Amino acid sequence: MFVDGVPMAGLDGQTVAGVLMANGRLAWRTTRAGRPRGVFCGIGVCHDCLVTINGLPDVRACQRRAVDGDTIATETGTGAQS
Amino acid sequence: MTVETPDVLVVGAGPAGLAAADAARRAGAQVVLLDAAADAGGQYWRHLPKERPAAHERVLHHGWDKFTALRDQEVLTDAQVWLAERHDDRPPTLHVLVGASDGNGRTPRTFAPKALVLATGAYERTLPFPGWDLPGVFTAGAAQALAKAERIAVGQRVIVAGAGPFLLPVASSLIRTGSTVKAVLEANGWSRLRKAWTARPTELPRHKAGELAGYLRDLATRRIPYRAATTIIAAHGTDRVTEVTTARLDEQWAPIPGTERREQVDAVCVSHGFVPRSELAVNAGCRTENGAVITDENGLTSVPGVYAAGEITGVGGADLALAEGVVAGLAAAGHHATAAQLRHKTVNEKFADRLEAAHGIKPGWTGWMTDDTIVCRCEEVTAGDLRAGAEATGSRGLRSLKLSTRAGLGVCQGRTCGRTVEELLHRHTGGLLDPGRTENRPLAAFVRMGELAAAEKETP
Ligand SMILES: Cc1cc2nc3c(=O)[nH]c(=O)nc-3n(C[C@H](O)[C@H](O)[C@H](O)COP(=O)(O)OP(=O)(O)OC[C@H]3O[C@@H](n4cnc5c(N)ncnc54)[C@H](O)[C@@H]3O)c2cc1C
Ligand code: FES
Repeated sequence: MFVDGVPMAGLDGQTVAGVLMANGRLAWRTTRAGRPRGVFCGIGVCHDCLVTINGLPDVRACQRRAVDGDTIATETGTGAQS
Repeated sequence: MTVETPDVLVVGAGPAGLAAADAARRAGAQVVLLDAAADAGGQYWRHLPKERPAAHERVLHHGWDKFTALRDQEVLTDAQVWLAERHDDRPPTLHVLVGASDGNGRTPRTFAPKALVLATGAYERTLPFPGWDLPGVFTAGAAQALAKAERIAVGQRVIVAGAGPFLLPVASSLIRTGSTVKAVLEANGWSRLRKAWTARPTELPRHKAGELAGYLRDLATRRIPYRAATTIIAAHGTDRVTEVTTARLDEQWAPIPGTERREQVDAVCVSHGFVPRSELAVNAGCRTENGAVITDENGLTSVPGVYAAGEITGVGGADLALAEGVVAGLAAAGHHATAAQLRHKTVNEKFADRLEAAHGIKPGWTGWMTDDTIVCRCEEVTAGDLRAGAEATGSRGLRSLKLSTRAGLGVCQGRTCGRTVEELLHRHTGGLLDPGRTENRPLAAFVRMGELAAAEKETP
């Protein structure tokens, strides 16, 4: 998959968050106040881990299985259903 | 639009839901079992996806054989129930979207089951502390999920902190994925722990005691300290956690001045307990107490035809969830559980009481909060904002205070902070007029406007 244009390899069946973390990324979103966020709850509850996947914003990276060729864009300034 | 009308619909394919669907099927009912996740197993049986079978799942999972027996049934996965339409005298109509999570263009399906079993489980409650929103601070469950399902260690030098026996399997999983666990910190002191854990020893299920002893051995052989009456009161770092402050706590969980210690870490895992995921039950009209769905001994809720099983009815571990699932599944299919099945459930219920007695949250935790500690992570509302909001408006209404401060109104719908916001406002206002509204969420999941419109067009 591609994260902000950079290729990243993952294992079959890993979530998008899993691939990001396995590649050493701990945070990939910034809040409106500019604070960095990554995985917090890991089970789809907190919505800290949101990313844009293939153009669709606000997908929980910890819940979505990564698919070959996915393009991931990190999000800035998102909060409630922007 | 077609409305499907199975004999029994089970929501949630964790231990409780799997057991319920299995029991109902054996009793001859036509059953649909569905789960929002991509795989069955719930929070307990998390595993590498089918694409990557692992030889040693058994090492990471207690009761793995039980799971392999139960998972051989049809499960509709990637199926998110987002709305329960209440009818009061019968089970609600459930609206479901099937497809990759948070996608658009998922397939809508609608169910009006003759009986409904809600087995939606629980999620963790993590109390806020300064710096808890720094990357590298995880819930203990996140660390567990990443270790079990992705084989990822959240850090190299990790402290596990909070309250409850759940900290122990998390520490064990971390060790097995290659982390160095520096310490496990339990907020409660030895006297409370000893009193609750040694009371009525004959009632403590033997395999449960054995499982916990195993985890403690894991710590002992690696000389990892298990410190009681201690917790993390702050996390430090600029763009990630690099250090934490720990402190000793008194019996009420208030930090004892002068006992602070700094420790270097690259991750921390924190969990203070669990909150039942009860929004579907609340929307269906089921009565709850303290957030947990109230049931009779057969798992029947206050709404005819609606049953609940597992951690949605109170937190007591996977064994209780399984036992409750069997009983509720049989009842939903119109059969009675045997005396032995009911007894098995009671034994495990007593275990749940023990957990609360030993590890339940105490109010002194607010002693580690500062005015600029974030409480609501979504809307970035601080403890100071909450107090100022309560003082400025003089309001004692939870609803109006949430609207004016925005606390709990972000995209997670207050699942992470709701109870904490409620407790803090309760103190600032000297008592809320409308407590307990936190579980009230009209939509059980985040749905895109486009999908909502499409689903509506289908509704007659
Ligand atoms: C993150 C986490 C990790 C845990 N790890 C362990 C552990 O390692 N060991 C241990 O002993 N205990 C663990 N627990 C405790 C564990 O939750 C219980 O012991 C057990 O899993 C409870 O079973 P259950 O069937 O009640 O619920 P769960 O196992 O939580 O299953 C509930 C299921 O319902 C589904 N669901 C919820 N809402 C909806 C909806 N609206 N639509 C569709 N599906 C829905 C969920 O996707 C989930 O699969 C963990 C808990 C959490 C929160
Ligand atoms: S980490 Fe909480 S929703 Fe993904």
